[in-house]
Amino acid sequence: MTRTLIRGGRVIDATGERMADVAVEGGRVVDVGAGLGGDEVLDAGGCVVAPGLVDLHAHLREPGGEQAETIASGTAAAAAGGYTAVVAMPNTEPAADSRSVVDFVTARAIAAGRCEVLPSGCITVGRRGHELAPFAELAAAGVRLFTDDGSGVQDPLLMRRALEYAAGLDIVLAQHCQVDRLTEGAVMHEGECCSRLGVPGWPALAEELMLHRDLELVRLTGTPMHFLHLSTAGSVELVRAAKADGLPVTAEVTPHHLSLTDELLASFDGNYKVNPPLRTMADVEALRVGLADGTIDAIATDHAPHSPETKEQPLDVAPPGMLGLETALGVALAHLDMPLARVLAALSWKPATIAGVSDRHGGPIEPGGAANLVVFDPDERWEVAPARLASLSRNTPYRGVKLRGRVRHTLFDGRPTFRDGAVAT
Amino acid sequence: MKHLLAIDELDVADIHRLLELTDHMVEVNQRPNPKVPALRGRTVCNLFFEVSTRTRLSFETATRRLSGDVMTFTVSESSVNKGESLRDTVETVAAMGVDAFVIRHRSSGAPWQACRWTTAAVINAGDGWHAHPTQALLDAYTVRTELGRTGGFDGLRLAIVGDVKHSRVARSVGQIFAALGADVVLVAPATLLPVVAEHATSDRLDDIIGDVDVLYLLRMQRERMSEALVPNLHEYTERFGLTAERAARLSDGALVMHPGPMNRGVEITVDPAELPGSVIGHQVANGVAVRMAVLFDLLGSGGVA
Repeated sequence: MTRTLIRGGRVIDATGERMADVAVEGGRVVDVGAGLGGDEVLDAGGCVVAPGLVDLHAHLREPGGEQAETIASGTAAAAAGGYTAVVAMPNTEPAADSRSVVDFVTARAIAAGRCEVLPSGCITVGRRGHELAPFAELAAAGVRLFTDDGSGVQDPLLMRRALEYAAGLDIVLAQHCQVDRLTEGAVMHEGECCSRLGVPGWPALAEELMLHRDLELVRLTGTPMHFLHLSTAGSVELVRAAKADGLPVTAEVTPHHLSLTDELLASFDGNYKVNPPLRTMADVEALRVGLADGTIDAIATDHAPHSPETKEQPLDVAPPGMLGLETALGVALAHLDMPLARVLAALSWKPATIAGVSDRHGGPIEPGGAANLVVFDPDERWEVAPARLASLSRNTPYRGVKLRGRVRHTLFDGRPTFRDGAVAT
Repeated sequence: MKHLLAIDELDVADIHRLLELTDHMVEVNQRPNPKVPALRGRTVCNLFFEVSTRTRLSFETATRRLSGDVMTFTVSESSVNKGESLRDTVETVAAMGVDAFVIRHRSSGAPWQACRWTTAAVINAGDGWHAHPTQALLDAYTVRTELGRTGGFDGLRLAIVGDVKHSRVARSVGQIFAALGADVVLVAPATLLPVVAEHATSDRLDDIIGDVDVLYLLRMQRERMSEALVPNLHEYTERFGLTAERAARLSDGALVMHPGPMNRGVEITVDPAELPGSVIGHQVANGVAVRMAVLFDLLGSGGVA
């Protein structure tokens, strides 16, 4: 069996940090210490060695949207971004509301072999918001996270029933908070910028109203809930208060909501259109504070590939969504004023816990632990070139932007899936 | 100036230059043979993704009076829906050799997108709710001429009344008058105002009508009723329409303007022909001269004469 050595890195995990070599064999970490040997050596000089990143929120598009991304290309992007596990969103065609779709996604991911793909399931059949999807059947197929992401569950009675029924199944319901009636035709954040640009606005209230409703439903039912891609200062405040009350809730924020604002839409470039929309600097700052104080648990990419021809349509017609897997770490390190270990907690071990995979992702780097690891240079500055991304799509909002922190190697199940800055084949 | 996309991309000197050029074009239009060779050999393509016969005819006339060649491409909504993208259309027509595109589109921002796909000049002839800079220029020119305000609009009081939120005309008119020094107030219920207004606002026309120098009425679109933006047109007229009673309260010399087409009986219940301050007809006439000035500024060579 090949013994792979990650040599000379600064090892950081939830237990602390130390300078050490890490030896990996048979999918496991077998030794951590100084002066180790190995058959195959990965240089980690000047780099951090950390548990692989875990994304709670990626659209891999397969089945149904293969012109924008496939499970193979999406997991290549994940490997390039330092991820070893991603939760695949269920808004595929067909939607992941049956065991057959979930099994298909899992099988394709195993065939691609670049990271673990955790299929999520729909809360409602076809994401149509009328009937509950078969939670127990999907849970038996390995689904842990359930969401109608792309839209929120509008019907408060149905959402209450979902939470009541989910209790005891050891699953997590995740909400995309958006009251549809308040966002009909909406293109960008409702505020000064949309007023000036003559573009229909997406008010912060539409997110906060549903979040408030669901927090009260959690209070009523006691069932845990996760909140996807929170984007407003008001949402941070609501979750902070809910956690202070002891409610069993978790929340995520995207790299783009931590770094970009609605002013970018003045270019009328569809690559800046996303749902929920880019908001104001005050929201960005509140989200950063929320992440730093633990109100927000995780950074999740909401990686949402779209083909160039769809993104070139007029702003009101172009679909919302941005690539995220390959830039998340670089954006986080460039924009967050937090200790490195705290950033990694939000990108790795906290989301691993929410996704229920902390037995194999995000755990301490010690002998016996799963060899799902990322090696990155935390100080390397690099410019995002869309043509060089591993994703099939090019809709990054960071074209030409300088980020800080670049992945050098990613190991999934002990094998390099990304090595010396290139996707391993 | 490479393109004319929005008033807020111009500086005041650009605005004054275009208005002064318009004076020359008005003079050209008064000649027995209203035609000059300034755009000879140049081709202007009108790309109308939304029907607007008035604006299209105005640009076509302006181009011909400058001896330019005109191509007109009217794309019905249905053929766009059949799949040809804005980019394909712009690139295809650009390949035929055009010097300028005049673009009307239902989506805010479409002319900005077009700029990425052609090296030709782009003139925004109205995009979504966003901007309509030639309308604003012709309105500013009309006021400048009617009131003899060639130096600017310092102290001039302009009220824009009606559906400001959904109006590209209101955005551009408000910007150009403010840039020239006027005090602008937007008059509408909050449902018809942008959430963050660029100018002062009021929901009481009666409180201000006696103090304005220019009353600018917007078209009230009937489909707004179904969106619960106002209860009904009758109530709208009661609160915001130019009725005979309100017309009588206008100060001497106050101008009444409207970008057309008018909804008689809604935003205006008096016959504009009987309003001493109505300059609505002059707006249309000045439209051709303003568009000649814009085309000349972007594409012209040699003197205006």
